[in-house]
Amino acid sequence: MAILVTEKTRVVVQGITGSQGAFHTGLMKEYSSDFVVAGVTPGKGGQELDGTPVYNSVAEAVREQQVNTSVIFVPPPFAADAILEAVDAELDLVICITEGIPVLDMMKVKHAMKDSKTRLIGPNCPGVITPGIGKIGIMPANIHSTGKIGIISRSGTLTYEAVDQITKAGLGQTTCVGIGGDPINGTQHLDVVKMFAEDPATEGIVLIGEIGGDAEEQAALWIKENYKKPVVGFIAGLTAPPGKRMGHAGAIVGGGDRTGQEKVAYLEDCGIKMVQSPSDIGEAMLTFFN
Amino acid sequence: MLIHEYQARDLFAQYNIPVTERKVFESIEGVKEYATELGQCVVKAQVHAGGRGKGGGVKFAPTPEKAVEHANNILGMDLVTHQTGPEGCHVSTIILVPGLDIAKEYYLAITIDRATQCPYIIASTEGGMDIEEVAESTPEKIAKIKVDPSAGCWPYIGRKVAEALELEGKNARIVAGIAQNLYKMFIEKDCSIVEVNPLVVTEQDEVYAIDGKVNFDSNALYRQKDIVALRDEKEEEPLEVEASKHDLAYIKLDGNVACMVNGAGLAMATMDMIQISGGSPANFLDVGGTATPARVEEAFRILLKDPKVEGILINVFGGIVRCDLVAEGVITAVKNIGNIDLPIVIRLSGTNSTEGKALLAESDLTFETADSLNEAAAKIVAAVKK
Repeated sequence: MAILVTEKTRVVVQGITGSQGAFHTGLMKEYSSDFVVAGVTPGKGGQELDGTPVYNSVAEAVREQQVNTSVIFVPPPFAADAILEAVDAELDLVICITEGIPVLDMMKVKHAMKDSKTRLIGPNCPGVITPGIGKIGIMPANIHSTGKIGIISRSGTLTYEAVDQITKAGLGQTTCVGIGGDPINGTQHLDVVKMFAEDPATEGIVLIGEIGGDAEEQAALWIKENYKKPVVGFIAGLTAPPGKRMGHAGAIVGGGDRTGQEKVAYLEDCGIKMVQSPSDIGEAMLTFFN
Repeated sequence: MLIHEYQARDLFAQYNIPVTERKVFESIEGVKEYATELGQCVVKAQVHAGGRGKGGGVKFAPTPEKAVEHANNILGMDLVTHQTGPEGCHVSTIILVPGLDIAKEYYLAITIDRATQCPYIIASTEGGMDIEEVAESTPEKIAKIKVDPSAGCWPYIGRKVAEALELEGKNARIVAGIAQNLYKMFIEKDCSIVEVNPLVVTEQDEVYAIDGKVNFDSNALYRQKDIVALRDEKEEEPLEVEASKHDLAYIKLDGNVACMVNGAGLAMATMDMIQISGGSPANFLDVGGTATPARVEEAFRILLKDPKVEGILINVFGGIVRCDLVAEGVITAVKNIGNIDLPIVIRLSGTNSTEGKALLAESDLTFETADSLNEAAAKIVAAVKK
């Protein structure tokens, strides 16, 4: 078992003919050849990209290839439109890789999605991978291994650090979910924690967060009350000065937010084993399994 | 992206939010004439940092002579506030505005609440003060009014704002309209925060926005050409301006250990580890997902321009970015830049890290390597302390 990305997933790449889209479509197909079944670039329907048919719209890709999941590589000015098109086509899952979407666009998207059945992951995220089944996103495939740990993170390279160590510790991953570094995103830590809790194959969770907002705290509170399996946590940005945006638009401590240290203390109080350095994630998780 | 107070006032005026007249000066020339025209006036330093009043950058002038004296003192001063650091920021522009007889000051702002993912109008009867202090000491005096972004800011929301500010009659109607107009501006101009502090009612019972702070969503600037034109690079950290031209996410900090990392999360974690190891990070720098040799070189040049830097830590987890290309970038950068007489610690992990390490070993660079972030941070901190 796994979450979000399973054997039933059929992927359409929105923005497949762009340089990022084309490049990563190749890598995704290399990992799981029958996973990406369609691409969409408005106006370029009828073409093929390395054997993958390109359509003018997501709806057409649904009709022709029964896709249920999309991954978005279109540039920021058009990304909100791409998400809404995928939602309109009633896909189960939309993963938006694009970085730099205006906040007000994402606010509109989120409100438009209120009554939809679609789950959005991202934007500004590395994507989702279920090792051995399929990869949807830009993460390096070779560091992953099948196993029993679920990983949730706001950041790309920090996820890779955690994945690499969990692999080297011999534990492997069920699914790794990058939820993205923007202040308004589709799926929060808490949503993913709940999914992992319902997945019998997931025997522990790595939760990686950042300064700013209180999404990590919400997940931690739920874990305290509902989740009995081990959780290892890490928060990045403890030394960042307040009011300065650290690369990710979401990584900024604003009025009313806990400081980084307060966030770590809160997660610790909820029973999460917090590590000081991302280098210690694998070892910390391994202590629960020896 | 931040703008100056006078630019914020002009934007307010565009949205029919009442502001008083103002004139911008970069020298003393004309100050006396305009001050004479205004009668009593206020001289205000135009810098992006907050806390100008407490730092001596805002002065009331009852006479034109006083206005000239204040203008002379403020123009050219290095204004120190809680947001500037001890060296302060240089004042090259001032404005003169009429000195009003203020009866009551209010606070009005709009920002997006992350938890509900909606805009909120924030209103308080305690205007003119630091709103974070008000939130701390008397949170009941701050009203937070949610706006559903799909419905927009209807008149009843304006009325709620006026009620929260305990206004009645004519002024309630005016402030309700101001709240709606401010919301319109917030949405149309892709603001991340707009703040009117204070909004005042005068003894003559007139309403004015007499100070404003506006910040814009940098992701949306591509569609806000008129806002981009207001950018004042003088107000920004020069190294950050230069980095942004090369599309590098760089933030200057006060420490002496520079770091170059791929990915924002890992870059933050690297800064943290430098601190935990007993050092002090000089910057945040995310070279991003396309760390080509040219970008690595640009990043190196920017790091080296900070005179406080005494050592460099390079931490790259190769994913799509290949470690051998990063290594190549470092080698070329050092070669092109010339003698770098600083300790360098390099940690390469992930895709092609073995090849990357081999390239570094073959080069004639002097550096240390590390396998983990912990080890890398400890090594660079130790090297800097030597």
